[in-house]
Amino acid sequence: MSKPSYVYVSYIRSTPEKVWQAITDREISKQYWGRSNRSDWKVGSSWEHQRVDGSNITDIVGQVVETRPPHHLVISWATPSDANDPGRVSRVSFDIEPQSAGIVRLTVTHSELEPGSQMERGITWGWPLVLASLKSFLETGEGLPIPKIKEAQQSK
Amino acid sequence: MDAVFKALADPSRRELLDRLHAENGQTLNELCVRLAMTRQAVSKHLAVLEAANLVSTVRRGREKLHYLNPVPIHEIATRWIGKYERSRLDALAELKKGLEEQ
Amino acid sequence: MTGPNFVYVSYIRTTPEKLWQALTQSAFTRQYWFGHAVESDWKPGSAIRFFAAGKCDVQGEVLASDPYRRLAYSWRVDFDEALRNEEPSRVSFDLEPVGPEVKLTVIHDQFGAGSKVYPGISNGWPMVLASLKSLLETGEPLAATSEAALCAARQRSLDLARATAA
Repeated sequence: MSKPSYVYVSYIRSTPEKVWQAITDREISKQYWGRSNRSDWKVGSSWEHQRVDGSNITDIVGQVVETRPPHHLVISWATPSDANDPGRVSRVSFDIEPQSAGIVRLTVTHSELEPGSQMERGITWGWPLVLASLKSFLETGEGLPIPKIKEAQQSK
Repeated sequence: MDAVFKALADPSRRELLDRLHAENGQTLNELCVRLAMTRQAVSKHLAVLEAANLVSTVRRGREKLHYLNPVPIHEIATRWIGKYERSRLDALAELKKGLEEQ
Repeated sequence: MTGPNFVYVSYIRTTPEKLWQALTQSAFTRQYWFGHAVESDWKPGSAIRFFAAGKCDVQGEVLASDPYRRLAYSWRVDFDEALRNEEPSRVSFDLEPVGPEVKLTVIHDQFGAGSKVYPGISNGWPMVLASLKSLLETGEPLAATSEAALCAARQRSLDLARATAA
């Protein structure tokens, strides 16, 4: 059975450079994602998706697969315990394309997911939230309160 | 519902609603222009309308645009005409759930 | 055999009341929906017309209307001969307050296999919904969805329809 691929498209009033920075800068990513993305972003380097509550727990790890700043970034994606199991490593690509009039189209493609897995369920719920937060952050200076929203959703 | 009736009871406020019905999305300045009311009075009336959910505002820069919300008035009408069928809405809720679980 | 479904989930810092109004009132839709005004009384069974620059682009019928929570209507494209002949599809909006935000789930479905309308709407919705979010959060819609962009948007839908294998 083929692995599903999820595509999320957002249009943001910003520049490719700012969108790239928001995704890859360890301090800026904290502000809207509720997690810090840490890497030197060179091909082959590792990257980490780390909590910012002082615990330093890393929820997701991977490697930088392709990079063409500020337009294209591909990373592998897995929980630390799954990182060595190729069947459980998925792939995320970010495509950041300028459109007309100060607007950027951001396309996030999450592929190679294990069908029916907890990861698949988690990301299909998580990406719309993170991308909505990123858009609000770049356009209004304030992201969405992701921990609060997660709590509100999970209490249902 | 009480807040809606109270808000509608005042003729100046009904006039403001008429103005927004004719042209939706006006600023305070635009609404004040042809009315025989002080700016302060218009502002107070708009606040009552907003509290009753008859008017919504969206901020644009330093301005606020006022939009008429016809729903509460429709709801008053519906109460006397009949409730909407729940079953259609339930079917939609099921659809949404089904698609999310795919 | 059924066709594809389009699903889009977003979170908008607004109230369910404002979001509902933005979805159902011309004063809003003109700003973020390529200049389209919308005519309807939004009662179940009532007709809906989306029109811009003197042309009716989409017609439909209200299928469900639960103010501030759920709205659904049928969707028949009217601006092109070939597209007009497709069976109507269905759009539904689900508004859910989540913390200080509103979670908006848009589902556009009931397309037949090989639908020529589908490519256009799956391209158009992300732009319209992003512009709606910008409008409610910043007061300004995205310039790319203004009335001036309408012709290009119609053309894009037609190009995408033609690119679909017959």
